[in-house]
Amino acid sequence: MSGGYRLPLTGPVDATPVDARPVDAPPAEAEVWRVLEQIEDPELPLAITDLGLVREVRRDGGRVMVRLVPTYSACPAIEVIRRTVRERVAALPGVEEVTVDLTFDEPWTLARLSARGREQLRTYGLSVPRRTFREPATCPFCGSTDVVLETPFGPTLCRAIAYCRACRNPVERFKPPAD
Amino acid sequence: MAQPRAATPGLAPEVATLLADHLLAAADDELVLGHRHAEWTGFGPDIESDIALSSVAQEEIGHARLLYQMVLGLQGRSEEEVDRLAFGRPPQAFRNAVLLERPNDGGLEPPPEGEPAWRGEWGFAIVRMVLYDRADAIRLETWASGGHAPLAALARTLAREERYHRLFAETWLERLAGGGPAAAARLQRVLDAVWGEALGLFEATDGEAVLVAHGLLARSSSEQAERWRDEVAALLEGMGLRPGRGPAATGGRAGRHTPDLTALLEEMTSVWRLDPEARW
Repeated sequence: MSGGYRLPLTGPVDATPVDARPVDAPPAEAEVWRVLEQIEDPELPLAITDLGLVREVRRDGGRVMVRLVPTYSACPAIEVIRRTVRERVAALPGVEEVTVDLTFDEPWTLARLSARGREQLRTYGLSVPRRTFREPATCPFCGSTDVVLETPFGPTLCRAIAYCRACRNPVERFKPPAD
Repeated sequence: MAQPRAATPGLAPEVATLLADHLLAAADDELVLGHRHAEWTGFGPDIESDIALSSVAQEEIGHARLLYQMVLGLQGRSEEEVDRLAFGRPPQAFRNAVLLERPNDGGLEPPPEGEPAWRGEWGFAIVRMVLYDRADAIRLETWASGGHAPLAALARTLAREERYHRLFAETWLERLAGGGPAAAARLQRVLDAVWGEALGLFEATDGEAVLVAHGLLARSSSEQAERWRDEVAALLEGMGLRPGRGPAATGGRAGRHTPDLTALLEEMTSVWRLDPEARW
């Protein structure tokens, strides 16, 4: 809008990128992780493991427990993801019971997005903040930082609409919850 | 179906019941206002606002769902009952503040001759959103600093999402307030008209003092109201507006509602009532 959004979204941020997947998961759990790596987010073109939605995987014989942390608590995709995880993990040999819970103990931040996931979002045409939404946006088309926020709400809860004044294109910006 | 839990670890049963009552009021706030926001879908003043109010509605209703699930857990009931809790109660069982059930025209003036009966008053919608979202932020902070860990964690998550609602609403309020004397006067009229019911957002649920004494709520409703008045006064005065006056109009938290809620529930629950046992 022409009035212009100011972004007084202050607060401490620690968003050192990390890979959410443990490289040394025990074999039984590594097998579950491999299944999860094949599941795409229904609203974004990347795996749920690259988006950092998987907080924890535990396997005890035939019982598997997966804990997910949603980007947005009201994200409609999360129920689809839960169901898909349940079905795909249940199809693994030897698995008898699968529980998929949501956790809010440690909220999702951009630090949970893997380097590969970040690259995939960028290729898809999204402007992805490095650490917080408050940073100046970079236009994914021309690289300019003369980009203004048009509206904080876009096609999904995790996207906002900005406008590049340099190349005059509308820009979709990935919008992490405010820190 | 998940088995009902016998009790909430760390909470005495009577305290758990009071916390459930407190959270039910908040969940009802979110559901009812979420429904009002959703009524802007297709009717916003521009497409961005249309999408914004639809997204905000989606989030408020999603937040209501999470809070209802927590209520059910505290009551030892199954989370599967969430739709029944949201849609299966009569108006007098709702605990939302009355301000939030008001239709989007604010009841300010009847539509002119020849216009459709429903008409949104954007100024009213924005004022209500600003006043509510500030109150909600203070409530979330109160939970986040309180002693019930699952609620504190959820509150921290919701607070990060709600900040975008505030950013949207307050940017719009500033834009409207800067729209000349006629626009400012219109907003002031809305503020004066809704002020009492806005203070009704801070009507305490029964037993709140017990929750404060147990450290589950970091501050009482009246302390929250105090902080809200200061914040809102500073915000409004910075835009050339002033807070309203007068006492709080209460009753919503005790189940005393207006026919506006009856009409809202009639519409909101119509699909659910066709077949309450249907699985989606």
